[in-house]
Amino acid sequence: MSNEIKVSIRNLYKIFGTNPKAMMEHVRSGVGKPELLEKYGHVLGLQDINVDIREGEITVIMGLSGSGKSTLIRHLNRLIDPTAGEVIVNGEDVLAYSESRLAELRQNTMSMVFQKFALFPHQTVLANAGMSRRVRGESSEIADTEGQKWLERVGLKGYGGHYPGQLSGGMQQRVGIARALSSDSEIMLMDEAFSALDPLIRTDMQDLLLELQRELRKTIIFITHDLDEALKLADHLVILKDGAVIQQGEPQEILLNPNDDYIIDFISDINRARVLRVRSIMEVTNAPGVNVAGDVSPMQNLESVIAMSEGDTNLNYRVMEDGTQVGLLHMRDLVKALVPVEAADPARRAASAA
Amino acid sequence: MATYDGLIGALGLEEWCGGGKTDGPMTMAELLARANGTSAPAGSPDPATPLMQTPFPSLDALNKSCSAIPRSRDMTEAVEQGFLAIKDPLKVVLDPVTQPLSYMLDWALAGFEAVPWFIMIPLLVAITWFATKKIGVTLFVLASFCFMAFINYYDEAIQTLSIIFVCTIIAVLLGVPIGIAMSRSNILQRAVIPILDMLQTLPTFVYLVPLIFLFSVTESKLYGIAIILYAIVPVIRLTDLGIRLVDKDVIEAADAFGMSSRQKLWGVQVPLALPNIMAGINQTIMMSLAMVVIASLVSAPGLGVKVLAGIRNLELGVGLVAGFCIVLLAVLLDRSTKAALGRIDTSAR
Repeated sequence: MSNEIKVSIRNLYKIFGTNPKAMMEHVRSGVGKPELLEKYGHVLGLQDINVDIREGEITVIMGLSGSGKSTLIRHLNRLIDPTAGEVIVNGEDVLAYSESRLAELRQNTMSMVFQKFALFPHQTVLANAGMSRRVRGESSEIADTEGQKWLERVGLKGYGGHYPGQLSGGMQQRVGIARALSSDSEIMLMDEAFSALDPLIRTDMQDLLLELQRELRKTIIFITHDLDEALKLADHLVILKDGAVIQQGEPQEILLNPNDDYIIDFISDINRARVLRVRSIMEVTNAPGVNVAGDVSPMQNLESVIAMSEGDTNLNYRVMEDGTQVGLLHMRDLVKALVPVEAADPARRAASAA
Repeated sequence: MATYDGLIGALGLEEWCGGGKTDGPMTMAELLARANGTSAPAGSPDPATPLMQTPFPSLDALNKSCSAIPRSRDMTEAVEQGFLAIKDPLKVVLDPVTQPLSYMLDWALAGFEAVPWFIMIPLLVAITWFATKKIGVTLFVLASFCFMAFINYYDEAIQTLSIIFVCTIIAVLLGVPIGIAMSRSNILQRAVIPILDMLQTLPTFVYLVPLIFLFSVTESKLYGIAIILYAIVPVIRLTDLGIRLVDKDVIEAADAFGMSSRQKLWGVQVPLALPNIMAGINQTIMMSLAMVVIASLVSAPGLGVKVLAGIRNLELGVGLVAGFCIVLLAVLLDRSTKAALGRIDTSAR
């Protein structure tokens, strides 16, 4: 949690239309997205985005289609230029970069994985995987050894001589990941990287990413519209709606304390027992509890605790981390935490019943 | 006196018109009218023109009322004079620039003719085999050339082939870079497309008219230029289109990994556009074959000369057989380039 800030987005605005600069005035004076479109014919893509992305964490930006998440990620390596605001990477303002400095940033500091894979269909898988090295002007020997190394790492050993068109979607995206990893960049941008894959393959890929991340500790910015995926991967979750950030923070925190109706609707359908972890609902104490049935770890999800207790809500569990007690888990709290926010709030329950 | 007298009078232009006297040469219509004795004696009032026969206020009709307005014939005369006036300065520039084309066509012709048939035919068959790796096409090429040699049309066929060879190479060397430039600039594309449209819609004979004035008919670059202008269009169009059709996602990936525009062009755009570019080259070959027949009107050697002889001397058989040989040549060129193209396509996947 105390990692250094790697990428910082400050007051970022993006307006699409014929004269976006002139529209900034209206937006700053409080004109909203629908009004801007109706009165001035401009689309407000992003408004006042402020996000800090910490080193070595997976920051997930989640939103539905049209919320501006793909636009936002393209601002980080300037595939799209903002209308106003700052993007600071490693303490430098990317927007002030020259063409050549920008190319350097894209070659060395940031790599990207795409929703539609975007591999080069005319090159072999191995050439694709080592592409980032060749772009930098490194020898094809280095490109091939690096490419080979990362292909093996993502589980594609022996496929180097194939063409991307001969592989399945999941395998193509593995090549996409190998291509991004072989550039050895500190920051990885993943634009809905797993959205085009079917659910089982998607889960595999998420596990692969988490496994790689445990080892590599890259700074990853991950875009998705899938809440389960976001909760699984995120260290820091940013929720985007209509081009604005409506809540950001630790995923467990957002789940337990959503601050917006939109988010409440969003999280009402998820399996809370699987997502919530012991540490989020435990009572922080080192007092020995009564009726303690056993020990659990703070990172365990509630599902496993329920299974352990066999449904008995009178039990308490000791939460142990590295051999010392960090808290107590009361099964009653656990059951309460499983109730979605909408149903838990009497006022909301009345509103939805009416 | 004439239909538009009233109009000239209303505009107060009689003075400028100079009284309606015509001193230019008589037109054929006027001459005929006089010979038939139907023209009214000067000065006598004209019978009023019936409403349904009111002529369009054209140059000729207005000239009847006002001699200061030129007749249509004067206008074409002026165009001709204007063209002749710029011809000499234009020649000073164009002649040296296009001279290499003459040399290339002549050398290629001499070279193709100098190689004896028993080397040339196996050579063409071998090239076809290495380009296509298809037995059917290769055998077809072999059979076609043997057939043409057997009926004594081999020399003409080889002459036609040599012209197509040179013109296609030049058309591709010029057309591909133009197409690439067009794909990178919308302004250039907007400027070039009308020119391409014009080149494509202009009847083939019209190409020859200004060229005959510019260059001597005995020079081979005359037909070379006509063929290249006609045949260059598809390769330009399809290069431009091919590069523009390259998947936007792939281009974005190239950008995201920091490729320079040169790396992007040669590493991504051109390779991915290659199937389209090759289709353009195939069309260019076909169109230069079409034009090389017409170009025999301006001394291009080859099968076209035989066809022309068939028309001029009413030698039906010669014309038909030469025509058949042209069809044969067209089919074998088309099949072998398409088969070569197919090979490029599969290796890209």
